[in-house]
Amino acid sequence: MAKKQPVDFEALMSSLEALYPMVQILDKDGNIVNEDIMPDLSDDQLVELMERMVWSRILHERSMALARQGRLGFYAPTAGQEASQLASHFAFEKKDWLYPGYRDIPQLIQHGLKVSQAFLWSRGHVEGNNYPEDLNAVPPQIIIGAQYIQAMGNAVGQKLNKSDAVTFTYTGDGGSSQGDVYEGMNFAGRYKAPIVFFIQNNGYAISTPREKQSAAKALAQKAAAAGIPGVQVDGMDPLAVYAVTKQARDWAAAGNGPVLIETITSRFGPHSTSGDDPTRYRSQESFDYWEQRDPLVRFRKFLTTKGLWTEEKEEEIIEKTMEEIKEAAKEADQAPKQKISNFLKSMFNEPGQNIQEQIAKYEAKESK
Amino acid sequence: METEKKRSLTGNKAMSEAIRSEMERDENVFVLGEDIGEYGGIFGSTEGLIKQFGPERIMDTPISETGFIGAAIGAASEGMRPIAELMFVDFFGVTMDQIYNHMAKIPYMSGGNVKLPMVLMTAVGGGYNDAAQHSQTLYATFAHLPGMKVVAPTTPYDLKGMMISAIRDDNPVVFMFHKTLQGLGWMDQLDTSIGQVPEETYSVPLGKAKVIKEGTDVTIVGLQMTTHFGMHAVKELEENGINAELIDLRSIVPLDKETILRSVKKTGRLLIVDEDYKSFGISAEIAAIVAEEGLYDLEAPIKRLAIPDVPIPYSRPLEQYILPNAEKIVQAATELANE
Repeated sequence: MAKKQPVDFEALMSSLEALYPMVQILDKDGNIVNEDIMPDLSDDQLVELMERMVWSRILHERSMALARQGRLGFYAPTAGQEASQLASHFAFEKKDWLYPGYRDIPQLIQHGLKVSQAFLWSRGHVEGNNYPEDLNAVPPQIIIGAQYIQAMGNAVGQKLNKSDAVTFTYTGDGGSSQGDVYEGMNFAGRYKAPIVFFIQNNGYAISTPREKQSAAKALAQKAAAAGIPGVQVDGMDPLAVYAVTKQARDWAAAGNGPVLIETITSRFGPHSTSGDDPTRYRSQESFDYWEQRDPLVRFRKFLTTKGLWTEEKEEEIIEKTMEEIKEAAKEADQAPKQKISNFLKSMFNEPGQNIQEQIAKYEAKESK
Repeated sequence: METEKKRSLTGNKAMSEAIRSEMERDENVFVLGEDIGEYGGIFGSTEGLIKQFGPERIMDTPISETGFIGAAIGAASEGMRPIAELMFVDFFGVTMDQIYNHMAKIPYMSGGNVKLPMVLMTAVGGGYNDAAQHSQTLYATFAHLPGMKVVAPTTPYDLKGMMISAIRDDNPVVFMFHKTLQGLGWMDQLDTSIGQVPEETYSVPLGKAKVIKEGTDVTIVGLQMTTHFGMHAVKELEENGINAELIDLRSIVPLDKETILRSVKKTGRLLIVDEDYKSFGISAEIAAIVAEEGLYDLEAPIKRLAIPDVPIPYSRPLEQYILPNAEKIVQAATELANE
């Protein structure tokens, strides 16, 4: 007779899976499917959230156009991720600290960065990274996952300083494979640091699909190893994203430590504007499937049914946003030209002889 | 038959052809890295390979540089011949422990008993507007640390021949390819990024520089893009009556100092051009070698053209301003020839 196995691995795995159901409130057709957990948002707030999402979609479309015209540099498309980005940000306060990835420009602007500065950042102008004192954010991280550990450091500092601010940071499904992501969560868990970690799971690490990145059924379960709560949420559903984020922020602010939130979302376009053709690795069916889950479509339906949203209202937001972007692009064009000598001067507080000689050499060239 | 011999390929196709032929020859050869499958590598070096070899030998990995470079080390120590692609050399930061404390040291620490016949291929260089963390060459950073061969071929012919040598080499080889020399459609089109590549398998030895053009008045040493600029500069210098010799380093470790010293003995003048930070770089190493072993051959002080000690600017005009180019080489070589 076969001896009993010490552990039932299959049961263990399926019980783990059951721990991370995807939280949803608004289904793809704009119907409320989970009334019990409806967030406490006033009509005005609901409308404001929709306005921000429409604003973000227009910002995306104009950024793509400006990039094509050579008026922007690097740009990572955001269309499809509006609920994941704007509804999560909606749950934070001005005093909270944002550590964004390169795709998280909409949250940065909503947190207080001028659009013209975001454009300057995209164009590689240092003024784009010169943040005002009252903007609690750092410039977008390009190195995958690195923001998780830096955000953790910020959150540990908030706690030691007895601040009531919460830190929040974003990476993607691709970034969740980096060691830094685990180290950030583990360290934050150990210190019960007030931080909310986001994995915006948009299905692709550039070309590598989600299922080829990890055997974990839910990326949210990576939180378990760090001893912190992990939640998977429908990232195309602004109400669910907001509700879960609000709960996580309250939890962290109350001194309970970090939370990891995985938003299930999709990017409708390429990874970035740097030569990427998504049709090489992604099927038309995948695009169609996700476009039917467009967060703007379902939220528009929901608000229209409630009598809170009209076509005219949306047109008004679109026009206002187009004008804002036009002005920001103009403002960015007026930034002073950069100089190598200034770059050299910014390397050290007190440049050594070697750098001083190089500064002198470039100043002489630049004055010609 | 003549036309067949004159087949031209871009840099990226020459590289993928080298990998393909070695994978056909030796089943121990496989590739792992980010976006190397259907995407074919961000800079095209594995284009088309997934179709022929499938996902077990062309492995798209999670974004875990430490993970897949460590995996390659493990595989190599058991006799496989992995090629790991680090998408941008700048990303060495997240995985330097595996590269330097392990890949470069295990053969030494095992007294030579453990061989690591692996290739770490990686995209280097700027000039196409990709900012401080995606535009470095870091040639000298790797060359400074003992235990790795470090090569940086320029032409499609050498990319193929040296990739074949790197795969067959029993030592870890850091194979740096320059993005702009891959001949990709979305990059600037350069004459040097396309060239004649024989269809048959051949190898080009690691550790040998190549004299691209012989000359008597001044020696210009470059590698990758600075060789490309040098090719244009020597033509213009020739028109101005200066007969320059151009050396393409091709390999940084081992460094072919004989070719450089022989040239300096002939010309008495040396200009080193490097797309890396000037301080403590290749240009300093070559200048030191010539000072130690060829000082009495020099008729003028050595000149260097390299990047100032500041990260690569994202701004296109400023990036172009600090990168070496043909015009700067012509100017420096002319000054040197007239000293």
